[in-house]
Amino acid sequence: MRQDAPIKIGASWRRRTSLRADSLERTERRIAWVLVGPALLWTLAFFVVPFVVMALVSFATRSGKELLFWSLSNYAQFFEKSYLFKGLTVSLEITFTVTLVSVLLAYPLAWIIAERVPKRWQRLALLLAVLPFWTSYVVRSYSWLLVLAKNGIINQALLGMGLIAEPLELASTRTATVIGFVHFFVMLLTLTIYSNLVQLAPNYKRAAADLGANGLQVLWHVVLPLTRPGIMVGAFLTFVLCIGDYITPQILGGNNELGLPQIIMLQLGRRADFPLAAALSIVLMLVVTLAYLACARWLKMDRL
Amino acid sequence: MTARVAIRSVSKQFEAFTALSGVSLDIAAGEYIVLLGPSGCGKTTLLSILGGFLTPSSGTVEIGDKDVTELPPARRPTTTMFQDYALFPHMTVRDNVAFGPRMRGVGRAERRRKAEGLLKLVGLEGAAARKPSELSGGQRQRVALARALAVDPDVLLLDEPLGALDLKLRRQMQDELKAIQQRVGTTFVHVTHDQEEAMAIADRIVVMNRGRIEDVGPPADVYLRPRSHFAANFMGEINMIAGRLARIEGTRIGVETELGAFDLPGTALTAGPLALGAAVAVGIRPEAFRTPGEGAAPLGLGASRIVDCAFFGTHYRCHLAPDTAPGVTLVAHLPQAARPIAGGSVPLQLDATQVVVLPAPVDGG
Amino acid sequence: MGKRLSSLLSAGYLVILYGFIFLPVVVLVLFSFQDGSLPIPPFNGPSLRWYENIFADRHLTSALANSLFVALGSAMVACVLGFLAAYALARFRLPGSALQRGLLVAPMTVSYLIVALGLLTCFNALGIPLSLWTVGIGHVVINLPLCFAIIYASMGAHQKTIERAARDLGANELQVMLLVSAPMLLPSILAAFFLSVTFSWDEFVIAFLLSRFDVTLPVEIWNLLRSGLSPRTNAIGSLVFLISVVLLALLEFTVFRRSAKS
Repeated sequence: MRQDAPIKIGASWRRRTSLRADSLERTERRIAWVLVGPALLWTLAFFVVPFVVMALVSFATRSGKELLFWSLSNYAQFFEKSYLFKGLTVSLEITFTVTLVSVLLAYPLAWIIAERVPKRWQRLALLLAVLPFWTSYVVRSYSWLLVLAKNGIINQALLGMGLIAEPLELASTRTATVIGFVHFFVMLLTLTIYSNLVQLAPNYKRAAADLGANGLQVLWHVVLPLTRPGIMVGAFLTFVLCIGDYITPQILGGNNELGLPQIIMLQLGRRADFPLAAALSIVLMLVVTLAYLACARWLKMDRL
Repeated sequence: MTARVAIRSVSKQFEAFTALSGVSLDIAAGEYIVLLGPSGCGKTTLLSILGGFLTPSSGTVEIGDKDVTELPPARRPTTTMFQDYALFPHMTVRDNVAFGPRMRGVGRAERRRKAEGLLKLVGLEGAAARKPSELSGGQRQRVALARALAVDPDVLLLDEPLGALDLKLRRQMQDELKAIQQRVGTTFVHVTHDQEEAMAIADRIVVMNRGRIEDVGPPADVYLRPRSHFAANFMGEINMIAGRLARIEGTRIGVETELGAFDLPGTALTAGPLALGAAVAVGIRPEAFRTPGEGAAPLGLGASRIVDCAFFGTHYRCHLAPDTAPGVTLVAHLPQAARPIAGGSVPLQLDATQVVVLPAPVDGG
Repeated sequence: MGKRLSSLLSAGYLVILYGFIFLPVVVLVLFSFQDGSLPIPPFNGPSLRWYENIFADRHLTSALANSLFVALGSAMVACVLGFLAAYALARFRLPGSALQRGLLVAPMTVSYLIVALGLLTCFNALGIPLSLWTVGIGHVVINLPLCFAIIYASMGAHQKTIERAARDLGANELQVMLLVSAPMLLPSILAAFFLSVTFSWDEFVIAFLLSRFDVTLPVEIWNLLRSGLSPRTNAIGSLVFLISVVLLALLEFTVFRRSAKS
């Protein structure tokens, strides 16, 4: 029935059906709002509002128990005080190193599990490769402290084998932090890269082999380029998680150099300088956002 | 380049399932062979074995004079055209086609030349710089063909290459494939489940079922003179009438059936000689009834009643109940001029050379 | 390159990397049985004294219970809210649905530190005391996006037709949602729940900043670390690891069996 066909009796009946449809849609809408409402409210109340409050507080300064608005002094401090800015550079340096090393170690592992391990054992091999995930994150970093300690297992083994004369200062250094991070992210990246590799249509590899490519050539010319987007996503995830992490550097990094998350936490301790902590957190978030934009742009350019 | 292929008693077992048992086939160099059969018949398995993606459980494969059974795909003189084409999405069309030569160490300028030459051969001259995602299905298929030919294989293996195309494009590609094959001279082994496609392009058709070869021969032979029930039924509709081999006299045979006695040439026994008194099935294609009495050896089956009929454009497809055996239903194609009506009667006549006599099916099927 | 050589290299790489991955776990578990006061070589033992020690420690056992309480509670809340929201956004047309979806997923994109800091600032300003409840609130914030995303992604078209059939047969919205959709989506709801429990159970920063007297296990372990290296920490760490692995194995067998059947 056409909406515009005008028949008197029919028209009044038709109006009623379209009214009915309208009210049905309205009750449906109401139901939908009721359903989605709680989740939205929760997110607004406990995420958006606190976030906005925190952002506002970053523009204040602490004076005794009071907050004085408005001031850019926190952000100014970040650029002026070298130990604050250094926190960012330290975090960035560590994060880039960790991301690079983790990807380089994880890709071959994922590739070997996907290509060389017999299909029946792949699931088990993958599970074993990520099993330490299930130790608590804090406990995991602590375990590396044990391993790298002055009288820990590595030093004792090296001493015992006669390779060194005195125990190495491994723990409480940047190297220890990097090792602790790499340990975690190699597991994470192996998982993501493996799922990427497995999703690759097998005919690409078969076609390449058919045309004369050996194993390495297939990897270089076909598999790597086609899995590059997946690697980028994994690397980005690594970047974000690593740069915002407080635990591993705090346990393994020693007190000589602090990353940005550690400096933020320091402001919350005795000093209770919330505004500065807030400002530094905003800075951290901006860095992550920049990384996201760079990654998104890169992925768009790389789109096949 | 081109070479002959010899498949000797190849079997392939998968856990509990036998994909191929004792398949033997000789393919001449430069032949266009089509492996035809329903899904699960083993044709794709056989192709994979030829390509080196699977190793046979037993048996050997020779290409040229070389035993290639154990060789991986990279080292065989074969290339495969995959069903989903498997064009490298991150490379241009030219780089795709040049991939094989690149793996063989051919220099850049020469690869480009070769790629462009092949693209011209398949009719895609201007597309060299595009990416596969920018091409249509038919174009992608041509690129896949060009890429496969770029390494000058002795044997080109095609895995249901036309399955993803619509009817019109499929017909066009069939012609083009055949033309290209004749130009290049490479041996082509083509897998399909479409018997019309097989007949359109094959030099010889290999009909397969349940891991075995049912019939081999040029399309006309396989269609008109099938050697097994499966081949007969797979190539098209056929009427099978139960009977008994009653008489063997020199070059002629006599078969007793419900429809009456048939006097046929001995060549009707396509599956080989049978013992006197053996149970047989007489096979007659529906279109055999279309040109009554025009053949050299007319055979009359008496009159029959038309049960129903439908107009198919080029002919009428009718179900007939012969007067001599009303319980039997025949499918017949009657000419346009016949204008059959349900309930009417029509005399059945056909050419005796169009009849085949096969041993009766073992399971009654 | 010979196939032999490449297999050898692959095997070698696997061994080295698995060794690297398991090294800290081996050290952790091994020295939890240390008969001595330092969790470093030489290894004397095995002894269960440290396990006895942690079971006797009320702080640890209550922290464990707290962790469980917060994890299960926040995961349940997150799952319910996430399911309702996913159902609403997937099945109904709401204005600004793209914005809503973005909003619901947003907390996943920021560091937990920021979430914790925001909530801490607000709670302090409002004079709300810190407790396990505030931790739970924070954990729902980080788990809700996950639950929503997982369940939303699995609400495909084929379920739509089944729901339509149910409506056709006379079910009202609530009945469709509870009796038809929820059971169909059970695998993803369970996956979301399991992941939320895992994230919450192991989460440190929010738990650290938003609790005061009653703490969760990761925070308690952190406190232990302050007193130096001790096999006690090894013991609790190994215990947590063991429980997690057993749960994982259980899940693997139940989910595995179910998916194998279907």
